[in-house]
Amino acid sequence: MSTAVLNAIKSKFASGVRSAHSHCGDDTVVLDRKVILDVARYLKSDQAMAFNMPIDCTAVDYLDFPGGDAAGSDETRGVGGFAGARFEVVYHLYSTTRKHRIRLKVALDESDVNTPSLTQVWLGMDWFEREAWDMYGIRFDGHPDLRRILLYEEFVGHPLRKDYPLRGYQPLVPIAKLDRDNEDPKLVNTDLNPEAPE
Amino acid sequence: MSNHLVDSRNVDSRSQAPRFAKLWTPTEVDADEPGLMRVQMGPSHPAMHGTVRMDVILEGETIRDMDVDIGYLHRGFEIQAENATWTQVVPYTDRLNYLSSLCNNVGYVLAVEKLLGIDVTPRCKWIRMISAEIARIADHLTALAAGALELGGFTPMLFGIQAREEFYKVIEHLCGARLTTAYTRIGGLRWDLPDNFEAGYRKAEASLKKNLADMDKMLTRNRIFYDRMADTGIISQEDAIEYGWTGPCLRSTGVEYDVRKAHPYLFYDKVSFDIPLGHKGDNYDRYLVRIAELRESLKIIDQCFKYMEPGPVNVDDWSIVLPPKEAVYNTIEGMIAHFKLIMEGIAVPKGEAYGYTEAANGELGFYMVSAGVGKPWRVHCRAPCFALVQALKPMMLGEQLADIIPTFDTINMIGGEIDR
Repeated sequence: MSTAVLNAIKSKFASGVRSAHSHCGDDTVVLDRKVILDVARYLKSDQAMAFNMPIDCTAVDYLDFPGGDAAGSDETRGVGGFAGARFEVVYHLYSTTRKHRIRLKVALDESDVNTPSLTQVWLGMDWFEREAWDMYGIRFDGHPDLRRILLYEEFVGHPLRKDYPLRGYQPLVPIAKLDRDNEDPKLVNTDLNPEAPE
Repeated sequence: MSNHLVDSRNVDSRSQAPRFAKLWTPTEVDADEPGLMRVQMGPSHPAMHGTVRMDVILEGETIRDMDVDIGYLHRGFEIQAENATWTQVVPYTDRLNYLSSLCNNVGYVLAVEKLLGIDVTPRCKWIRMISAEIARIADHLTALAAGALELGGFTPMLFGIQAREEFYKVIEHLCGARLTTAYTRIGGLRWDLPDNFEAGYRKAEASLKKNLADMDKMLTRNRIFYDRMADTGIISQEDAIEYGWTGPCLRSTGVEYDVRKAHPYLFYDKVSFDIPLGHKGDNYDRYLVRIAELRESLKIIDQCFKYMEPGPVNVDDWSIVLPPKEAVYNTIEGMIAHFKLIMEGIAVPKGEAYGYTEAANGELGFYMVSAGVGKPWRVHCRAPCFALVQALKPMMLGEQLADIIPTFDTINMIGGEIDR
């Protein structure tokens, strides 16, 4: 992979680029969310870039990431995935004409998980961003229809966050409470679900 | 790079489908308007593959608005992966696209190996290619057979399933299971090819050739089938790219993008095969592309058997691959290596990587972040179907209700992969 794309972004949006690396051969640039929309529009419309295909959008939660609190140099920052904030939104783009790829990342603090939606540039980011909202609670400003996609609307919380409990129940229809006093003793009581809410 | 158009219909091969008149918009039609009717298709409609619901608003039989509701098969693959060792994720990947589990196995371990920075042995690469192509054949056969069935063709479905059964027998011979294969390991494979594997494969190949010819004869020139498939579910090249389409569905619009050719992995650059292309992006093109890809997969497997040489299938590194049992029971080094791999997992260096392969439905990507320990910090699966199904709504607006059935089938949505 050439680093031509990385260099172009660095020279054009120098103030908005927090760091860049090519770990494992994947060109990656960590951007300020103020410039992400401009960078995306540039990458799509410029003839030399021609990133016409949205491949993927997801998020990562770096809560208590090992070594995350240590002050890293610009070289190591981002290589571990970690860019200094709790959440990262990760975009993958591809160009079918130039056959090159790029990964864009936006670091977001826990207090302010808003970032501009790239559906304004690639329609295909629609469901991917909805999934990132569903799983991580990232708000994409300007998304036309930011609803949950895999879970149901009534679901509370965002289950892929590292502080979401691994065990527990959140049924859409309440689990019926057994009437112990009037129970038929012949029926075997299999209390398989001790953690069920009362 | 060679490619060939699959469709012999008498149309100008450069004539492209028009772009969507109406691009993506949120639901805005009021179903209570006089003359409109709301129909809930699925999740247990026979043509919805049991796992998706479509909320369709109809005017007569014309689709005015629709919403595709996925998630009925969501079981938290990504959170499960964060709480298992790198190796323990392999069986979970079987359940992504359950029709071609071997493709997922290969895609996942290639992504981890990219993060580890290791290269597997030549024999391992050839075997992984064979297994991935066998899985692709099984997947395409299912898509074709189910498509015929949903349009009322019971016999072609039996042809497809009969051939697929032979390939499932081959897969069972290879790894002991038909669907939940878990055959690959990080740095190698569970085991080498079993004895008489090629003989078993040749039997399946003969069955495929016969059944495919029968299916081809019954469907390709079938007036009823053609009328349901041709010029329905059309998507233009620009729209397909815009929505992130990959795989046979993207190639049906004439875009020549196949990960195996564009960014070769394993030994795909050492075998010769064509990329079948459609030109219009309708259901019939997607059907023809799949039929043609079956024949290309057979070509690839033939070459793999020809070029393959005996040798080890696992890398010689006990920090990645389990040591042989003799070493575990008789040497302290083997015992320690085994214990550490089982209890702690492979120590994948800190970093992030996006590994992508051509699965049966398109680009299957795994984005993973390692914290430098035996368990992944994050595994994200980029499912090809996810991008395909999100374009279903703009494709179907203004079309007939009956066109949903063949379109949904040629897109080949797999619940396990889209819902994860």
